[in-house]
Amino acid sequence: MPLSKDEVRHVALLARLGLEPGEEELYAEQLSGILGHIDRLQKLNTDDIAPTAQVVEVASRLRDDEPRASLSQAEALANAPAQHDGFFRVPSIQEEA
Amino acid sequence: MTSDDLTRITVKEALRLLRLGTISSADLVTAHVERIERLDSKVKAYLRFTPELWEKQAAEADRKLRAGAGGPLAGIPMAVKDVLCVQGVETTAGSQILKGYRPPYTATAVQRLFEAGAVMIGVTNCDEFAMGSSTENSSYFPTRNPWDLARVPGGSSGGSAAAVAAGEAMIALGTDTGGSIRQPAALCGVVGMKPTYGRVSRYGLIAFASSLDQIGPFARSVDDAAVVLSVMSGLDALDSTSADRAPMEVLNSFDRGVKGMRLGLPREYYEVEGVEPGVKAAIDAALVVLQKEGAEIVDVSLPHSDYGLAAYYIIAPAECSSNLARFDGVKYGLSEVDARNITDLYMHTRRKGFGAEVRRRVMLGTYALSSGYYDAYYLKAQKVRTLIKRDFDEAFQKCDAIVSATSPTVAFPLGAKTQDPLAMYLNDVLTLGGNLAGLPGISVPCGTSDGLPVGLQVLGPQWGENVVLRVARAYEEASEIKPEVADVA
Amino acid sequence: MSPSTSGAPRHLPAEREGAWEVVIGMEVHVQPKTRSKMFCGCAVAPLNAPPNTYTCEVCLGMPGVLPAINIAAVEACLKTALALSCEIPRHTKFDRKNYMYPDLPKGYQISQYDLPMSVNGHIEVGGRTVRIRRVHLEEDTGKLVHAGDKLHRAWESYVDLNRAGVPLMEIVSEPDLRSADEARDYAMELRTVLRNIGASEADMEKGQMRVEPNISVRKVGSSGLGVKTELKNINSFRALHRAISYEVARHVEVLQSGGAVVQETRGWSEDEQRTFSQRSKEFAEDYRYFPEPDLPPLELDRAWIEELRRNLPELPAVTRAALEKELPAAVAALIGESRDLTELYRQTIARGASSTATANWIVNEVAPSGKIPSPDNLAELVRFLEDGAITRDQGREVLAESVETGRTPAEIVAEHGFRQTSDPSELLVIAEAVIDANPKAASDYRAGKTQAIYVLVKDFRARAPQANPKVANELLTKLLS
Repeated sequence: MPLSKDEVRHVALLARLGLEPGEEELYAEQLSGILGHIDRLQKLNTDDIAPTAQVVEVASRLRDDEPRASLSQAEALANAPAQHDGFFRVPSIQEEA
Repeated sequence: MTSDDLTRITVKEALRLLRLGTISSADLVTAHVERIERLDSKVKAYLRFTPELWEKQAAEADRKLRAGAGGPLAGIPMAVKDVLCVQGVETTAGSQILKGYRPPYTATAVQRLFEAGAVMIGVTNCDEFAMGSSTENSSYFPTRNPWDLARVPGGSSGGSAAAVAAGEAMIALGTDTGGSIRQPAALCGVVGMKPTYGRVSRYGLIAFASSLDQIGPFARSVDDAAVVLSVMSGLDALDSTSADRAPMEVLNSFDRGVKGMRLGLPREYYEVEGVEPGVKAAIDAALVVLQKEGAEIVDVSLPHSDYGLAAYYIIAPAECSSNLARFDGVKYGLSEVDARNITDLYMHTRRKGFGAEVRRRVMLGTYALSSGYYDAYYLKAQKVRTLIKRDFDEAFQKCDAIVSATSPTVAFPLGAKTQDPLAMYLNDVLTLGGNLAGLPGISVPCGTSDGLPVGLQVLGPQWGENVVLRVARAYEEASEIKPEVADVA
Repeated sequence: MSPSTSGAPRHLPAEREGAWEVVIGMEVHVQPKTRSKMFCGCAVAPLNAPPNTYTCEVCLGMPGVLPAINIAAVEACLKTALALSCEIPRHTKFDRKNYMYPDLPKGYQISQYDLPMSVNGHIEVGGRTVRIRRVHLEEDTGKLVHAGDKLHRAWESYVDLNRAGVPLMEIVSEPDLRSADEARDYAMELRTVLRNIGASEADMEKGQMRVEPNISVRKVGSSGLGVKTELKNINSFRALHRAISYEVARHVEVLQSGGAVVQETRGWSEDEQRTFSQRSKEFAEDYRYFPEPDLPPLELDRAWIEELRRNLPELPAVTRAALEKELPAAVAALIGESRDLTELYRQTIARGASSTATANWIVNEVAPSGKIPSPDNLAELVRFLEDGAITRDQGREVLAESVETGRTPAEIVAEHGFRQTSDPSELLVIAEAVIDANPKAASDYRAGKTQAIYVLVKDFRARAPQANPKVANELLTKLLS
């Protein structure tokens, strides 16, 4: 099923991906093309088929509750684009675009 | 033996010379660095080099070797794909969004190789976040195929494959989510292996699609690949999906030849759409070699193969859309931190930091998981994954291993497929089934078509690495097609 | 005759405030008692630790990291589930809840969606059965600090990830509560249970227990549910009660004035004592849950679960019910709230001490002091008192000294020469002396002011601490009559 420009906009917002001018059309076209191929899945009857989330059966493992050394504050922040007094700094938490 | 000759030998041979004291690890490193200096401006396999590591590690290896010690890879020059974290070494997943990022820890697989004595030469180029089949999606530059510089090396681990093919590293690490080790190995004429999902810890592998990703080796012989794999294998408490299996089981009787083995030839793979005649001819010739060695070729069927690509291109993007949410400009990497609010920080950082293919897959995956579409796409794809897994289970009732071409085509010219995402995705059509089913698979060189390498793929049942290696090794020995170092021109 | 179709607004009795029924469900987040975080080895940060000092590559969401489940968090969740009579399904798994926010380092929270650790439990609160829908495990987010002031919009925020990845249990009830009182009692009962089984300290002020009620109202007799609102930022039981009371009144007011309640999340402002809309997002979130591919499904060892069930301490409600068979309800409640006091009581009476006397000594003397004697010593002390061998005042001294030194009451009584005299011939002289020394109290008593006897009794105790108070009292009243 083809994707509309509105849907592209909505998905981009959900994914927090900014779009360049003209990219709505581009993605609508390209994603519709890929989804056109993917739609062949609908031909298969899978009503009685269990989904596979993980393909290899590995026994579930639980970790002992043993604390290990943490990184220092400097190490934790070493890659931070912006910091302030030991915190990561971000712009204001305002949701309007 | 000249210095350049040291870049053409196998790990096995190098270890023999190292243990004899004929050469040192420092000699090996120097030989590779000299070749890199001569060739890599053309091949562009590496993104960056790690002289501080190679000096320290080579000296350490030589010290141990002199003392009669040293691990199974003591002193061996190695290249590492840019998606595997090495403490203090810039690791970017081929992306601008991680430019300058230096991890505070080292990936388990890499750590194990370091402990076995491997010497890291540098970080190799790849498609951004391992998404691609040509290494053209690297945000830095494309890597060239050492056999023909106008052509791609395949991808996403194209830098690692090219480095080994060009004699710029003896071994290299790649990651394989849909064929990203096997396909570039085929296109560059080297051995590349993807282990069973869970065989090698993924801790420190920058995730693309968590349920499909595996780390594996590139080498210029099956034996070399097997050693690297066994060193990396085994349980890791830091990866809950890693299996508690003995690392050495991958080598179980892998040198016994194929006599009496049944090799399945899936007609859906043999007759795959778009397969080049030259590729087909090379595979036919390889089948003859294997038969002469005593293997029986049996017909098998993988009836849901036609749906593999569609299922893969839901599952992988869905997981990637979630895995890549952490690239938000807050904790590391590129950031538009002076945006006026948090939403702008996200939107602008991710628009600038991610390339076109990454954004396309994040969009696709977000859509497939979104409310109202989950059942039609994601859940459906997971069910089809079950069917594909069953196809393989049934096929392995009839055969010990499955053989096919690794890629329908040989290396294609740069730019040939960049405008058509679907055409690019079709490169993976023979490899991604192995990822969906969690199987071990290898690509070994099996001759050329129009002067370009062709790869033979061998897939085994889960945990059947030794079976896969056994077939590949028998073929390598019987065919006398030894992986060569390309004379880059 | 046709029914009236008049459109004129009529104020029917059923629409008055008293005729609305309140429906409350609770989501309670509890931090299980663990040493390390949910999915990594970082220690759980103490309160007020400097920012970003309890983090590692895993809880910072660095590229390439993977989660590993903390067994202690799973155990605490299972114990809680068992204590709440939940079913524990054979298969459980973790899922990713996807949304981007600066306090969420990975861009998703590892939580449990359709196969939680436990389902279908219940708990008794004040005679009402509250059904528990599920108890599951997840990870906490980091903390945001906003810079700026209220006049100007905050222009930047600071992120501390010490709390990111701290384990949380989410306990979700069905909407079975019918008042602010019940909701508060439910939360308090949960806290008692969690502490009793050792699953959590559940201290609301330390953020170890966060309570989010969802509230709706409906007309009495109606079985449908009204539109609900969910309340956040509640950090005490008192605030819980006030916030719910405020919100119920707000719902009723909105509905009675013909309006409609908007489904939303509202915050409780402690300063202003009111709730306020927290809708700050311009579109509804779509969490895109899917199974966490980095963690295999959990198949919990049934033998382990059975062992936890066997070792689960008795639940407070069961303890109280059992105690109430022997003791008045108020006393049973006081003792039953604490595992230590309950144990002391049971073991003391098991050694033959009288239940009433033991309970009284525990409630009046042991509980306020906070110091627990050994059951042997308490039983011996109670027997001394029951036999009339020592007085209450002496008993208090013996108890204090016994707890302090660990010596037995017999040793202490012997050393101090404590005894109680009930011999009237010995005490008569003292009674006469007391009356002589307090002529005013004596005449007041004789004049009918019976309280005056206490002055005399006090003096009697001062003069003869060993005197049996009952005998002393009898002698005084006899002499004065």
